[in-house]
Amino acid sequence: MIRVVLPQHLRTLARVDSEVTLEVQGPITQRAILDALELQYPVLCGTIRDHVTHERRPFLRFFACEEDWSHELPDAPLPSKVASGAEPFLVIGAMAGG
Amino acid sequence: MSGVRLLVGTRKGAFVLTSDAKRTTWDVNGPFFGGWEIYHLKGSPADPNRLYASQSSGWFGQLIQRSNDAGKTWEPVGNKFVYDGVPGTHQWYDGTPHPWEFKRVWHLEPSLTDPDTVYAGVEDAALFRTTDAGQTWHELPGLRGHGSGSKWSPGAGGLGLHTIVLDPTNARRMFIAISAAGAFRTDDGAATWQPINQGLRSEQIPDPTAEVGHCVHRIAMHPANPNVLFMQKHWDVMRTDNAGDSWTEVSGNLPTDFGFVIDVHAHEPQTIYVVPIKSDSEHYPIDGQLRVFRSRSGGNEWEALTKGLPQKDCYVNVLRDAMAVDRLDSCGIYFGTTGGQVYGSSDAGDTWAPIVRDLPAVLSVEVQTLS
Repeated sequence: MIRVVLPQHLRTLARVDSEVTLEVQGPITQRAILDALELQYPVLCGTIRDHVTHERRPFLRFFACEEDWSHELPDAPLPSKVASGAEPFLVIGAMAGG
Repeated sequence: MSGVRLLVGTRKGAFVLTSDAKRTTWDVNGPFFGGWEIYHLKGSPADPNRLYASQSSGWFGQLIQRSNDAGKTWEPVGNKFVYDGVPGTHQWYDGTPHPWEFKRVWHLEPSLTDPDTVYAGVEDAALFRTTDAGQTWHELPGLRGHGSGSKWSPGAGGLGLHTIVLDPTNARRMFIAISAAGAFRTDDGAATWQPINQGLRSEQIPDPTAEVGHCVHRIAMHPANPNVLFMQKHWDVMRTDNAGDSWTEVSGNLPTDFGFVIDVHAHEPQTIYVVPIKSDSEHYPIDGQLRVFRSRSGGNEWEALTKGLPQKDCYVNVLRDAMAVDRLDSCGIYFGTTGGQVYGSSDAGDTWAPIVRDLPAVLSVEVQTLS
């Protein structure tokens, strides 16, 4: 099972209390995780990546195993610890404000 | 038992304020969608329990929420706003072509007759419609397809389609306004549109009387008089008696004719309200005095309404969607400020009182008159 940690507002929207677990087929990539996430929680469509282009929304970041994966290609394989469920894939709201 | 329900959109959530017909005590519910910008929420005239809200965030984009129980509970519906066909370009701030990009929904206008049909005005300016209660949205491309679309350019707040006025006597006629393109009208159910800006004069554009390019802030109509429209432009308060074919200025004795809101008394089609704001770079009232101005003659002659409003040290703004009127026998007027106050008057503006004082900055105020 893949573990995904969502920001608070998206947890509220998806009506989940804590991290989400997903069944993901094939290579574990950002695209595969987000496809599975949106399939399981359609309300999240458009909130993490664009409906049409599937580009990451600019003020969100993707972290895994203490590394920023935001600028990696969406089909790049994620670390094995994410694939095994030992570590979560994190969707993080970028810091903003003054 | 009659009463009113105010739907208030703020920078950090939505609030629902309810009162009986006396309008002296209010229940405040919210925030709904705390932390999100609620540009607008509005109820269906055909089913007052059906509400729609535009919820957006710089982080997470656009959502649309729907309530079937007058705002007690909400459910997210469709949030996919995709321009029809190849989006094309409009003019950017520097004059270069810029691709149309969806940013947010500024205004939701439910159909007068069908609770499942809603129009959405969006940034970058376009008109969308749902006919399935918000599940899916489709652009009505005739507006953006008007030949002038490539010349539209954003105002300082963006290229927003912020005003949608439906003609209650003609289902095929609709008026919209865009900052900073101007006002447009359709007479064929949104298939084709014509700019209705003749008579507007804007010194901030190269040709002050151009067909498009005017920064219209708000248009208001009385339902009994649908050919008469009132407009608060960037500067100037305007009036048309022929559905926008030509406009005349009715700023008259206003202390400043810059502002955002304009509205019409529910029972007196010639009684209109504005809140003058000092200037386009000083978005607050003159001399720190928050004053609503009322004209009982459809413009030109204005009186200041101040009783109950702060008359010193007040430097808030009143944004374009943040004034509304109820339809009770003694017409109620309401407006919200960027300082988080919502003021109400149950006597057509003669006296005012704050309903709430400390909300987040108010973006929109709508009223439902309950019977």
